[in-house]
Amino acid sequence: MQYVAAKTADEAVALLAGHSGMARVLAGGTDLLVQLKSGMVEPDLVVDIKRIPGMRDITPEAGGFRVGAAVSGAELGEHAGVCAMWPGVVEGFNLIGSTQVQGRATMAGNLCNASPAGDAVPSLVAAGATVRVQGPNGTRDVPILEIPAGPGRTTLAKGEIVTSIFLPGRPDRASDAYLRFIPRTEMDIAVASAGVSLVLGSDGTVESARVALGAVAPTILLAEEAAKVITGTRLDDETLARMATACEAICKPIDDKRGTVEFRTRTAGVLAKRAARIAYDRAGAKA
Amino acid sequence: MKTIQVSTTINGDPVEFICTPDETLLDVLRNRLSLTGAKEGCGTGDCGACSVTVNGRLVCSCLVLGAEAQDAEISTIEGMADGDTLHPLQRAFIEHAALQCGICTPGILVAAKALLEKNPDPTEEELRYWLAGNLCRCTGYDKIIRAVQVAAAEMRGA
Amino acid sequence: MALDAYQKREFKQVGTRPNRPDGVDKVTGRAMYGADVTAPGMLHAKVLRSPHAHARIRSIDTSAAEALPGVKAVVTSADFGVPEDAFLLDVQDHCMAREKALYDGHAVAAVAATSIAAAKAALKLIKVDYEVLPHVTDLDEAMKPGAPVVQAGRAFENVPAGMSENVTHHCEFGHGDLEAGFAKADHVIERSFKTAATHQGYIEPNACLASVTADGKADLWVCTQGQFFYRTLCSAILGMEASQLRVTASEIGGGFGGKTMVYMEPVALALSRKAGRPVKLVLTRDEVFRATGPTVSSSMDIKIGMTKDGRITAAQARLRYSGGAFHCGTVDFGAQAAFAAYDLDAVRSLGWNVMTNRPKESAYRAPGAPLSIYAVESVVDELCQHFGLDPLEVRLKNAADKGTKSSYGPTFDQIGLKATLEAAKAHPHYAAPLGPNQGRGLSCGFWFNFGGNTCVSLSVNTDGTVGVTEGNPDIGGSRASISLMAAEELGIPYDKIRTIVADTSSLGYNDVTDGSRVTFAVGLATIKAARDAIKKMCSRAAKIWGIDEDAVEWVDGAAVPAGPNAGKFPPMTLAEIAAVSAETGGPICGHHEVNADGAGVSFGVHLCDIEVDPETGATKVLRYTVFQDAGKAVHPSYVEGQMQGGAVQGIGWALNEEYIYGADGKLQNPGFLDYRIPVASDLPMIDTVILEIPNPGHPYGVRGVGETGIVPPLAAIANAVSRAVGVRMTELPMSPPKLQKALAEKG
Repeated sequence: MQYVAAKTADEAVALLAGHSGMARVLAGGTDLLVQLKSGMVEPDLVVDIKRIPGMRDITPEAGGFRVGAAVSGAELGEHAGVCAMWPGVVEGFNLIGSTQVQGRATMAGNLCNASPAGDAVPSLVAAGATVRVQGPNGTRDVPILEIPAGPGRTTLAKGEIVTSIFLPGRPDRASDAYLRFIPRTEMDIAVASAGVSLVLGSDGTVESARVALGAVAPTILLAEEAAKVITGTRLDDETLARMATACEAICKPIDDKRGTVEFRTRTAGVLAKRAARIAYDRAGAKA
Repeated sequence: MKTIQVSTTINGDPVEFICTPDETLLDVLRNRLSLTGAKEGCGTGDCGACSVTVNGRLVCSCLVLGAEAQDAEISTIEGMADGDTLHPLQRAFIEHAALQCGICTPGILVAAKALLEKNPDPTEEELRYWLAGNLCRCTGYDKIIRAVQVAAAEMRGA
Repeated sequence: MALDAYQKREFKQVGTRPNRPDGVDKVTGRAMYGADVTAPGMLHAKVLRSPHAHARIRSIDTSAAEALPGVKAVVTSADFGVPEDAFLLDVQDHCMAREKALYDGHAVAAVAATSIAAAKAALKLIKVDYEVLPHVTDLDEAMKPGAPVVQAGRAFENVPAGMSENVTHHCEFGHGDLEAGFAKADHVIERSFKTAATHQGYIEPNACLASVTADGKADLWVCTQGQFFYRTLCSAILGMEASQLRVTASEIGGGFGGKTMVYMEPVALALSRKAGRPVKLVLTRDEVFRATGPTVSSSMDIKIGMTKDGRITAAQARLRYSGGAFHCGTVDFGAQAAFAAYDLDAVRSLGWNVMTNRPKESAYRAPGAPLSIYAVESVVDELCQHFGLDPLEVRLKNAADKGTKSSYGPTFDQIGLKATLEAAKAHPHYAAPLGPNQGRGLSCGFWFNFGGNTCVSLSVNTDGTVGVTEGNPDIGGSRASISLMAAEELGIPYDKIRTIVADTSSLGYNDVTDGSRVTFAVGLATIKAARDAIKKMCSRAAKIWGIDEDAVEWVDGAAVPAGPNAGKFPPMTLAEIAAVSAETGGPICGHHEVNADGAGVSFGVHLCDIEVDPETGATKVLRYTVFQDAGKAVHPSYVEGQMQGGAVQGIGWALNEEYIYGADGKLQNPGFLDYRIPVASDLPMIDTVILEIPNPGHPYGVRGVGETGIVPPLAAIANAVSRAVGVRMTELPMSPPKLQKALAEKG
């Protein structure tokens, strides 16, 4: 195995594109090193992107924020601007692993690890975030939802790396929230999860919404029907119950050691309505 | 596997070491530098026994490559006491029986110190969530939480 | 009164909370644990493990591995003999599979090489030809006719005819007329329960360093709960004389019973012998879960009858435990402990051990008892709910006491059950209000406690300090307790004493650190070793004073003339006597050897409040209080620590911890990510109330406290959940999917 700390994104892309064996990108390393330890992957080349200028920066852009691919959970959690605008994105990301893991883990890494249970991703999907990808053929911006292809697989081509994630700007009367279910209070992988982003109208009803569900299908799901159900409402109990049902209807989870199909489906609905309520209250409090 | 030469700072002292690209910082600390205070409880970031700080950030040293330590500032349990003067957290752990077997203790002390530097007066809940990545199987955490609270109060001058 | 019997006294040091002697080492990272030891020329070992739950090993080809540069030795079962003793053969087979791999993770070969990387590479070159066999990991399935047979011909004669060959053992305890008892009941409840296997979950993976030299002498440094027992097992398996193998216990990073058994130490010794170099073998966490530890899994039927005023008329338990792929006697403990808290006229416990394709069971804190008591306490609670009776009053009404003929035979001497129940009843926790979806549960717990072979040597140094040499690894602060008892008896300050844990060549045999025996038995031996030294010091003083040694007594750390007729001499302190010992007969040492009896059983009562999220089935522990009889709490902080730690391990068992096997017979969660031990944020503070009902069998009244604490939480939580949501959970763990499903079915 060869380790290279790339100095520029171009160098990283060239190394990855030009390599014939198995190559891996090292950002936070909290997934990669576990895979190395277990022998699950045995790469010939590891390219560390943390020393590339800009990779650890959070930059205001077009009313929103561009978050470098190597920004850790701890760093994002300390950024007042992002926390105020996208609290659900921050809380989802900050739920990954322990404090120790937060010192290293990155949103881009969580996205590219492509686990359907990744805690950073549902909120990013709900936020309508985009990913900047740099590769041998240049740079492109891609909606978050288009990156995961299935458990452990992404749509990134050989030599492509994520360089940043863009969180768009939004009106004042808007917020988001993320909830996941785990058997303990910490240190587990999500058994089901939900991210909800809302914009309120001046009358206090939901003007627009995006709902995303995690760990209930091979990739993160965008729950469009559930979003439709809550749009135009004030999230009364009856609406929330219908929202939960709409979420349950699209779940296609698996039975495994972490949960049953039945449990995941039911719990995803419960979490979606609770997250919607939190996002609604947060948005209302800002108004 | 071709070895890498790394220059770093550990507990304030300049350190040079060589390692293979797949060695973790924990491997380097324990096997190459004889700093065995960091323990390997799992090797997968699930137990926190190998906690150290890198450039002030609390991390699991089993989830960091040795090669990544280049130009970094690393702190381990071995650097926590000032000579023969124990850190208030170390003293509180002894005086309040916050350890039984002691295998998780170095990691918990390093983690608790990192918390108190960021937040000198954490609530019990903040403390419990901050330390959730440090498994202890002996104590049920009760005396650990209390010892950190005692040390925090002492450090605040309360 | 025997010298070691309890005598009431005013304690000066016992009962205080001094700093532990190993504290500074442990907070500075200096303490040396199993994996922290190295030796010159040391090799690194790795173990090849079966990927199959059950497979015949047709052949193993190690030639390619042996040819790999850096590889210095490869061993398989062919490098070991075949012990005649069935227990020893099981231990050896567990360390290295012989004819069959009996579970996923069973060791089949091991390599020692100059680096871990080389050892890992060599493992990939070993070719094992397996004939995969049908497997069974569920114990109820394993009992059925036609189930795959894990090992043939292992059943003891007491197993009833016609049962599956996987049933190795049967036991029965109890007394009285069950049928008549059940006839007297106003209501009888019969329920079946299942519990998953759990792991001790010690944070330090098993580790050792073995060094065998060409002349047959050997050293083993190892994290163990019992260096002497490890010596017995390793020397027998390796065909060595005990005197030639010195075993040194490192600091131990948790054991809870799991480090009372060898898993890979004989393999490390065999590799070292073959390679002619020291060999270090450290298990990974994955290996710890797959090949060490676990507890039994269980399936149980409980039937209890009660009158409407809360008197239990008859009780029966049928317990089926599986100790993995080998014979296991843990079900005996479960059957004996099941009804220990009750004074019953008619009681019967029956037990069966069943083999399954799982790793060999190892002791875990009160082995066997948490399960049977969970089931019994659940049914008692349900009967209380049926009659609308207060669960504490019902337990008090039926509680065992001094003079009770226990369900497992012996008649109890002075015990603390009623006192702990009364303490719980009087505690504000029991009367505190509960909110919606909240419930309060309680359970009694019991453990026998153990004494056993013990040996302590105490040396009085010429500067007036004292060394205590004992033979039991300090697993939770015992060196502090031992030093306290020595200080109390000698009448010198605690910090003048240093207690160390000896290797196997430095002291006589000591049983394993188990059975909550150390503070009791090592404490007893320490007190008596101190009395031995005192007797010698009095004799030296008598010699100096020219009086009869019977005319000298020991008061507050000094020899004094016993009464006015003995003569008028100023007291001679321990330091003064020690300083001149060379002139009065040489060094002064005390020692004591005993196979200690009279450990004194221990009872506890746990109270807990929980809240269930009715939509997700998540259970949160809100408040928890432990009441336990310690006899005499020598170092109360470490007594509380045992109570708290035991409670939290039990909480984990109740809610989330379990061995999950797939249809392929493989363990699916061999890591701390999915084997979920409680984390700090899962828990409230664990309040403790120590009761001190002296154990008549110990000079200071000490009872072991280490194990009882893990027994009550399983039922305490289950009972609280049941009362919170009206669903009786009969399977552990009560994980959220199970609870959510039960809630949905209840409607």
